[in-house]
Amino acid sequence: MRSLFTIVSILLCITLVSAKTIRVGKKEPVASIRTALNLAQPGDSILVSAGIYAEGSLIINKSVSLIGLNYPVLDGQQKNQVLTIRVSNVLVEGFRIINSGYSSLEDLAGIKIIQARDISIRNNILDNNFFGIYSLQGTNCTIEKNRITSYNKAEVESGNGIHCWKSDSMKIIANTITGHRDGIYFEFVTHSVIWRNNSHHNVRYGLHFMFSHNDAYISNIFKANGAGVAVMYSHGVKMFHNFFEENWGDAAYGLLLKEISDSYINGNSFTKNTSGIYMEGASRIQVEKNTFSGNGWGLKIQASCMDNAISRNNFFLNSFDVGTNGSLVLNSFDHNYWDKYQGYDLNRDNVGDVPYRPVSLYSMIVEKNPAAMMLYRSFMTSLLDQSEKVLPTLTPENLKDNFPAMKPFAL
Amino acid sequence: MKKILKYVFTDILRNKIVIGYTLFLLILSMSVFNLEDNSAKGLLSLLNIVLIIVPLVSIIFSTIYIYNSLEFIELLVSQPLRRKHIWSSLFAGLAGSLCTSFFIGTGIPALLYAPADIALVMTGMGLLLTIIFVAIALLAAVITRDKAKGIGIAIFLWLYFSLLFDGLVLFILFQFQDYPLEKFMVGASMLNPIDLGRILILLKMDMSALMGYTGAVFRELFGTATGFMIAIFVLIAWAALTFWLSLRRFNRKDL
Repeated sequence: MRSLFTIVSILLCITLVSAKTIRVGKKEPVASIRTALNLAQPGDSILVSAGIYAEGSLIINKSVSLIGLNYPVLDGQQKNQVLTIRVSNVLVEGFRIINSGYSSLEDLAGIKIIQARDISIRNNILDNNFFGIYSLQGTNCTIEKNRITSYNKAEVESGNGIHCWKSDSMKIIANTITGHRDGIYFEFVTHSVIWRNNSHHNVRYGLHFMFSHNDAYISNIFKANGAGVAVMYSHGVKMFHNFFEENWGDAAYGLLLKEISDSYINGNSFTKNTSGIYMEGASRIQVEKNTFSGNGWGLKIQASCMDNAISRNNFFLNSFDVGTNGSLVLNSFDHNYWDKYQGYDLNRDNVGDVPYRPVSLYSMIVEKNPAAMMLYRSFMTSLLDQSEKVLPTLTPENLKDNFPAMKPFAL
Repeated sequence: MKKILKYVFTDILRNKIVIGYTLFLLILSMSVFNLEDNSAKGLLSLLNIVLIIVPLVSIIFSTIYIYNSLEFIELLVSQPLRRKHIWSSLFAGLAGSLCTSFFIGTGIPALLYAPADIALVMTGMGLLLTIIFVAIALLAAVITRDKAKGIGIAIFLWLYFSLLFDGLVLFILFQFQDYPLEKFMVGASMLNPIDLGRILILLKMDMSALMGYTGAVFRELFGTATGFMIAIFVLIAWAALTFWLSLRRFNRKDL
């Protein structure tokens, strides 16, 4: 094994040594990137000087490093897919890629990876493209520190910022995505990590997961997207330390979970969303150490959810802490901090002595009859809620926190 | 007319209860904003003051004031003065002084501590509700000669507008929940100044997203400048109509 490794590294060194650098630019021997790509051998580097290169659709089918100096512009002239990568081991760095074509038949993108592995796309600026970076059956690719911007208004005419389809082991790190349909879109993507991205003001979702198992997204910011973040039909998803902010609208959710199982939601912050988390058909999810503040509904959990554990979260200033649509409760809500809790703690162990019921009668009424929202914050409804607290009749009997914390957790 | 108005106005402003009311509102509003670390929460507490306490104090104080000054009114009627002028100055004096104390007590702290547009709407609604409930008090007071009965009517009217009406709406909502009731809700909100005021304030606080489809219908109507003007107009109409009814009764009343 060791000798095999040595041989491989020696071979690698040889290719590195033999690799040459091709310079592209107005004052350089090679004027166009297309010529350079034709001249290049696998392992070569192509250094592109600043300038505007409108060369139609460029296809990379050799393992080269394509590096831009001072952000040379690759212009798709609103007709073409700008850059297509069809071979493994390619680096694309430092370009400004603008104006890809728009098509309702093909998913034209600024950069598209097709059936390749070990691709790095770093430090690029993508502006006004249909799709930003598109990975079609990519494996072990790194998409890092790109700034992806578009100016879409309607869902149907817009593409996604980073779109991965049937990919594996992807690393999406520190990108900024705005104005696309979905900031980051995953479909059939496994074992991938989304880390430190900022996805804001996109038309639909900041992040959209479909059938993507065993992925993690960590320390991202999803802010003011049309409908927040959606995670659907997946299992084994880890969501740590993300910020879900200001996803405010009639059908917007901080985090929409649909048919999700065996996942972790840990250390996230949900601020000023219409619904912090909306759960439907979700099971075996640990919701721990999150902060829900200033949301319309902190947590909307439908009766179709089971075996979820909601614990050690802070709930501040939400209009409704928890909403549900039925009397069946198969989830646990113990050990959270609720700012609306009015109980006492006689033995001073920092755990309230009476259970807290986070679902108010009025929220049940609204769930059954949305038009009753007209009475929101009226004297009538607060009176109803108070009487219900004394003697629960309509709210689900089992939906309660048996050990509510007296002080907020330091998260 | 000016003289009566001036007299009533200064008389009420000197009244211990009104001074107490002003101080109460002032202390409450200041403490609400200073205690809560978040001005949004403070505003919501203030909303309850505007929607519950302001109408209650306005209606009860005005009713009692009218009954207590019955002799003064009789004296004025015996003078060569038109009844319309007497009643109007009473109304204007009551409404003006109570509005002043509300403005000092709640309006100024709100404008100081809260975002300007929400504070403006809230103050405006408080002032309008004060005027409307003074008018309702006048109507209650003119209906019967019996002081206890009059105050009873006033309290019942307050209870109706702040509680019973909403209960009734809730009842109708559940009885007819198979029908689209959004448009009906908009109509229903116009039948109760407290509800209308509350909805306008909540829309300003951007709560409409919470209200789902109903909220969308409300926002579509009241969210626009014209819709807002319509709502204000409806509230003014409430004050004007109630006052006109009481005036008509007072004109024909055998004192």
